[in-house]
Amino acid sequence: MAKTKVAVFDPNQFRRSPTGIDGLDEITGGGIPQGRPTLICGSAGCGKTLFGMEFLVAGATRFKEPGVFMSFEENADELAVNVASLHFDLKKLEKQRKLLIEHVLLERSEIAETGEYNLEGLFVRLGHAIDSIGAKRVVLDTIEALFAGLDNTAVLRAELRRLFTWLKDKGVTAIITGERGDGTLTRHGIEEYVSDCVILLDHRVTEQISTRRIRIVKYRGSSHGTSEYPFLIDRDGISVLPITSLGLNHKGSKQRISTGISELDHMLSGKGFTKGSSVLLSGTAGTGKTSIAAAFALRSCRDGGRTLYLSFEESPGQLAHNMNSIGIKFDEWIDKGTLKIISRRPAYFGLEMHLLELYKEIGEFKPTVVIIDPLTSLTGQGNALEIQSMLTRMIDLLKTRGITAMFTTLVSVREGDIDSSQVGVSSLIDTWIVVRELEDTLKKRVRGLYIVKSRGMAHSDEVQRLVLSNKGISLVPVQSSAKVFREK
Amino acid sequence: MKKTAKILKKPKTKKQKKPAVRKPTVKAEQILLRLYITGTTPQSQRALANIKRICDEHLEGAYELQVVDIYQSPQLAKDEQIIAAPTLVKVLPSPLRRLIGDLSDEQKVLLGLDVRPKTRK
Repeated sequence: MAKTKVAVFDPNQFRRSPTGIDGLDEITGGGIPQGRPTLICGSAGCGKTLFGMEFLVAGATRFKEPGVFMSFEENADELAVNVASLHFDLKKLEKQRKLLIEHVLLERSEIAETGEYNLEGLFVRLGHAIDSIGAKRVVLDTIEALFAGLDNTAVLRAELRRLFTWLKDKGVTAIITGERGDGTLTRHGIEEYVSDCVILLDHRVTEQISTRRIRIVKYRGSSHGTSEYPFLIDRDGISVLPITSLGLNHKGSKQRISTGISELDHMLSGKGFTKGSSVLLSGTAGTGKTSIAAAFALRSCRDGGRTLYLSFEESPGQLAHNMNSIGIKFDEWIDKGTLKIISRRPAYFGLEMHLLELYKEIGEFKPTVVIIDPLTSLTGQGNALEIQSMLTRMIDLLKTRGITAMFTTLVSVREGDIDSSQVGVSSLIDTWIVVRELEDTLKKRVRGLYIVKSRGMAHSDEVQRLVLSNKGISLVPVQSSAKVFREK
Repeated sequence: MKKTAKILKKPKTKKQKKPAVRKPTVKAEQILLRLYITGTTPQSQRALANIKRICDEHLEGAYELQVVDIYQSPQLAKDEQIIAAPTLVKVLPSPLRRLIGDLSDEQKVLLGLDVRPKTRK
């Protein structure tokens, strides 16, 4: 048996404490600096407390590092309830002495300052908490609350400086959270004292759609990803998607995959799409894009693949029902679990979130084929740059995983040039199929299908007529007299 | 930490004992104070000296002062929500008050303890 690979530590680099947060450890090269304080800052509601809690829970459950959570805002019960939806059982961890929640209550109305003082009480409590469970991790959430409770900022600042040095001496990996201030990272400028690692969480709303982002502002003595990465808070906690780290290094494939329409296979040198390639299917409204995609999905299931169908227009039920009418039956495969249809309103969340969700779904469902119908729904939001970047990363992601992807896009007739791809994705696409309306001599509307490009294979340059019937989809040669239907 | 003041280690047992410890002659408006200090630091010493002086001057012995060294009993610091040191907690009568600092500002201390200063002296 082969030995499992052991990660090699560079003794010159300082060690890192894995945060257990999906993707973050990847950007930071293994986690946050071990035995040092890290500042997590961000505005209200951006996930700072959750970040800290996940760090502790991961430490307690996965890395054998007990942790102390010193909360200046919520008490132990409130915290337990808040994170219960993420399947964190704080009470159980507390019982196992892997986690200790220390609630620091500062009631300003009770307090009067009568002379010189220091924060030794806080130190004693923290020290006691750390020693009592042998904690290796500490979260202080949000220590700036002290500024609201006590007046003497000179003392507070001196004491905070002492606290961070003290934490370092204790050798605990600490996370300190701070509320974002005007033009500064934290309201009271505590970033001055925490100089090893600063992580900024952000929650931005553009055009009514919010996206959470994370950025490593500073990581002393280490290279780290400097971009803003979108992150998601869902039932599994925080996950960061360092998609920009993906590169153009996916392996090419020679295997082929049937399109589900035998005539279309024939047009693509008889075998269909290349496995792991990206297919764009564009056309005007009502030209049968969804039907072609459904036929592909069905074929992929029949061939033993797993298909993920992301529908942005129809609900799973509606889609299955509609496809029934042209003889494409999804029910069997949905029951078998090899076909998964997910319907989302495109405006439900931002572009990055859609990408993150796709990423997570791919991780869970492990599809061999992904269909996004239609891609245009996604591109309706955000600016061109964002869309381009998101699509590039999405296609990168799919290609890296070797997933064959089909995207449908809707083009409007009025735009005239039907061949122009809407968002400039055509260069990323391997196979591009266009369906458009044609008009024959009898003034009958017919659907014409042709292949604009298909990398790495001989393909037909004929325009074929697409016929949808209750028996399925077929392609027949177009009558020579048919001409392109245009509005103008 | 001598004479009237005694070091308190286990408050729970102390609380139970309290009625027995108190003399029946105790006045109704008896003040119960707890001073949380950190060992023998100058601030702690000053706070102790200050509170004893203030109490003797203005309360005429109608008080009970307990001194807690949080270095020796850190659990008490947690139970009583101590952050700053030294902290004087006025336990009784309610409302609960926390006076932080070395208690050198006599006016503030008296105000905090809700005690009318003795005119003259």
